Amino acid sequence: MSDQKTFLLDGREIPFEPGQTVMQAALTAGVFIPHLCYHPEFRPHGSCKLCTVKINGRPATSCTMPAQAGMEVESDTAEIRDKRRALVQMLLVEGNHFCPSCEKSGHCKLQALGYALGVMTPHFTHFFPDRPVDASHPEVLLDFNRCILCELCIRASSEVDGKNVFALSGRGLKKHLIVNAESGRLADTDFQATDKAAQVCPVGVILAKRKGFAVPIGQRPFDASPISAQAERYKPVAPAPKKEA
Amino acid sequence: MDNTTQKTLAEILQRHGGDGTRLMQILRETQEALGWLAPDTLTDIAKGVGVPRARVEGVAGFYSFFHTVPRGRYRILWSDNITDRMLGNGDLMQSLCRRLWLEPGRVSEDGLVSVDFTSCTGMCDQGPALLANYRAVTRMTEDRVEQMAGLIRDQVPVADWPADWFRIEDNVRRADILLKNAMRPGEALKAALAREPEADVETASNARSWREGVHAQAHGPSAVLEEIKKSNLRGRGGAGFTTGIKWEACRHAPGDERYVVCNADEGEPGTFKDRVLLTRQADLVFEGMTVAAYVTGARKGYLYLRGEYRYMLEPLNEILARRRDAGLLGVKILGRQGFDFEIEVHLGAGAYVCGEESALIESLEGKRGVPRNRPPFPVTHGFLGKPTVVNNVETFAAAALIAAKGGEWYRGMGTAKSAGTKLLSVSGDVARPGIYEYPFGITLREVLADAGADNAQAVQVSGPSGLTAADNEFDRKIAFEDIPTAGAFMVFDHSRDMFEVARNFAQFFAHESCGFCTPCRVGTSLLKNLMNKIGEGHGTQADINEIYSLSRLLQMASHCGLGHTAPNPLLDTLDKFRPAYERRLKSLDFEPAFDLDGALARARQMTGRDDAGAHLAESK
Ligand SMILES: Cc1cc2nc3c(=O)[nH]c(=O)nc-3n(C[C@H](O)[C@H](O)[C@H](O)COP(=O)(O)O)c2cc1C
Ligand code: SF4
Ligand code: SF4
Ligand code: FES
Repeated sequence: MSDQKTFLLDGREIPFEPGQTVMQAALTAGVFIPHLCYHPEFRPHGSCKLCTVKINGRPATSCTMPAQAGMEVESDTAEIRDKRRALVQMLLVEGNHFCPSCEKSGHCKLQALGYALGVMTPHFTHFFPDRPVDASHPEVLLDFNRCILCELCIRASSEVDGKNVFALSGRGLKKHLIVNAESGRLADTDFQATDKAAQVCPVGVILAKRKGFAVPIGQRPFDASPISAQAERYKPVAPAPKKEA
Repeated sequence: MDNTTQKTLAEILQRHGGDGTRLMQILRETQEALGWLAPDTLTDIAKGVGVPRARVEGVAGFYSFFHTVPRGRYRILWSDNITDRMLGNGDLMQSLCRRLWLEPGRVSEDGLVSVDFTSCTGMCDQGPALLANYRAVTRMTEDRVEQMAGLIRDQVPVADWPADWFRIEDNVRRADILLKNAMRPGEALKAALAREPEADVETASNARSWREGVHAQAHGPSAVLEEIKKSNLRGRGGAGFTTGIKWEACRHAPGDERYVVCNADEGEPGTFKDRVLLTRQADLVFEGMTVAAYVTGARKGYLYLRGEYRYMLEPLNEILARRRDAGLLGVKILGRQGFDFEIEVHLGAGAYVCGEESALIESLEGKRGVPRNRPPFPVTHGFLGKPTVVNNVETFAAAALIAAKGGEWYRGMGTAKSAGTKLLSVSGDVARPGIYEYPFGITLREVLADAGADNAQAVQVSGPSGLTAADNEFDRKIAFEDIPTAGAFMVFDHSRDMFEVARNFAQFFAHESCGFCTPCRVGTSLLKNLMNKIGEGHGTQADINEIYSLSRLLQMASHCGLGHTAPNPLLDTLDKFRPAYERRLKSLDFEPAFDLDGALARARQMTGRDDAGAHLAESK
């Protein structure tokens, strides 16, 4: 008999190592749970709530919830899909998302989850926030219109790059991303296009300049198969080592 | 930045030892000295405390009372609780703006003044209230508005305004054990120190953690803890957790440093009992914190005082100084070897969410007030990651009484599951608004009778996040086993529109959402917009359905209690006061949220036109 601990996820037995979260164990076992602020290389954050599940009948955030033997987790149910669809729609109306003209189309997680969850309309009334673009940096463009506030760039910059290029300001619906410069411009920070922070944005905010559509639409990661079939891409991995600033 | 500015800033930074965890106090003191937090000021502060600039800007940007753009030399913030609205704050605010040639929310051309709204300032029994440069002003009238406009135009410093405007009444209407307490400072503490454990109570495990190794004979703390547990005291901040269990968990949590934090954020609209306790019984509250320190082995305590109560900072600091002189704080308290404890007041800066205990701790650490992921809980990983007890003001005051008079005595009051007394902050349509202290088990009807409410339609118990009780519920009891409460008790008579009550609360939650999690950040604003749409006569049944489904999402997926409870007043009023909604609905099934004619209103205002040609023909 094996002493491997397991829990049940939608009726399927999922093994886990002590200290793993429900999300990490599920992805390791090849079962996809929708997520946006989770990233295989970073400590869980728990803010987007796309990964909400029910554990023994009670709602829980699967990316932060430690796995325990014998848990019964519901994830892919009509009720929970409904809630996740609404969360994606909330993020869509909170920012300004025009997928057809977005360089990230086809490898944007928000868009991919929209497809996976059957988002056919924005449903809610758009807020149309006023979010200027920062084109000051020679190599990288920041299009804040698409920011979903997952804080991955913030975490990457401080935890891996050893810089603190990004942070949040404001509160509530006025919460927004800022950069570490008195001028408020990316060009006046120590940001570099090679930073980890330049590579983690799940949507189309942090974009390399002059690299438009290098991969043609139709051949992008989520064009081939839906994100929900790509659990193996998001398996937890050892965190990238922190660079000396 | 000129020389004097630089000097001022250097002094402030030095006073706080360049300590980044003290960022909130540094920002507040800087703003008090310089008027606002300019970009170069933030840069210098960031350098001074060794924190990335963007993080300092992020903290400044989180709290309503910090400004990173100039807000005028006079900043007038009208408290906008529903009780203030019922007392006519809207008209008074308009009048003030008119007299100053101002638009609400905008700074005057000359940079002199701005006028805006803020969340409830905790003066509901003496509104309409406001903050003038963050000093609390009560009982506003048209006369006072007229005078105030004159004083601002003549640039008279707020400190020289009529003293009567800043008078804050306690309005104690019914006192019981807490508000009648007449013990002298130190008395409860002495009684606590005198307690020695009964032989069978003392065990190795509960003696172990107190100030490990300091004083082998110090068994008293576990005896005091035993009394707190025996009393069955439960938290007064809303959640009602058993205090003895919390203290014990902190006492036993591994670690060499522990903290005691008093939650005086009192942000729940309609609640003002902690203000009165801190005015009348501050010693008792501090004594309760000191008892908690004795029990848990903490050496440092903080009182997190909401920014709206800025005027209390100096008086509270004086009391702390007096207690220090009397040997009730500091090293070797009351001569007991190893019993060292200090208390410091930390001032908040306008953020309701900071009442949530883990957000409060973040804020104490000089960060944005965002609730943490739990577990771990503060009793094991609190302030600076150390075991921390967080309790409400009233909880500490009650604990001090229990330390002095014993758990049995305390348990003799109240009901089976709710021991002791509860302070209620009564406001709204009553003849005698103010503070009422009752043993648990009192019915809403009895409170209404005592307060002189003869025509009540509804009571909002425990604030917007609590329960809207209709008149068929007035025989229900204030108690953990029936209606638990953090203390607010807002009364609405039959002339009030319960839809407007709910709309005010929806606006409150949208304003106060910290923005960390998607459902609450976006959902509270969507709910607010839906309530505004219905309020403006464009609502349909579809919008009501939408309120229900958004509410379910917030309840299920939000990260903290703010998001979980934000739908309560909407669901309660929809359930109990449905006609207040239905009479506003259009008979249509669907109505676009975008109002074409409404969109022209701004153009009409700019061009000064209001003729038929400036309106879209509406097919009503
Ligand atoms: C959004 C929110 C606001 C809160 N505000 C307060 C507050 O102002 N004062 C308070 O004592 N507790 C408040 N609480 C409850 C605290 O999180 C915590 O439970 C309480 O301080 C514990 O003390 P107690 O056990 O003595 O009640 C709030 C909780 C939430 C979710
Ligand atoms: S820029 Fe991208 S990575 Fe950073 S918070 Fe916004 S969405 Fe997340
Ligand atoms: S529920 Fe609201 S207040 Fe609480 S963490 Fe989420 S956004 Fe912040
Ligand atoms: S992935 Fe779990 S909250 Fe974002």
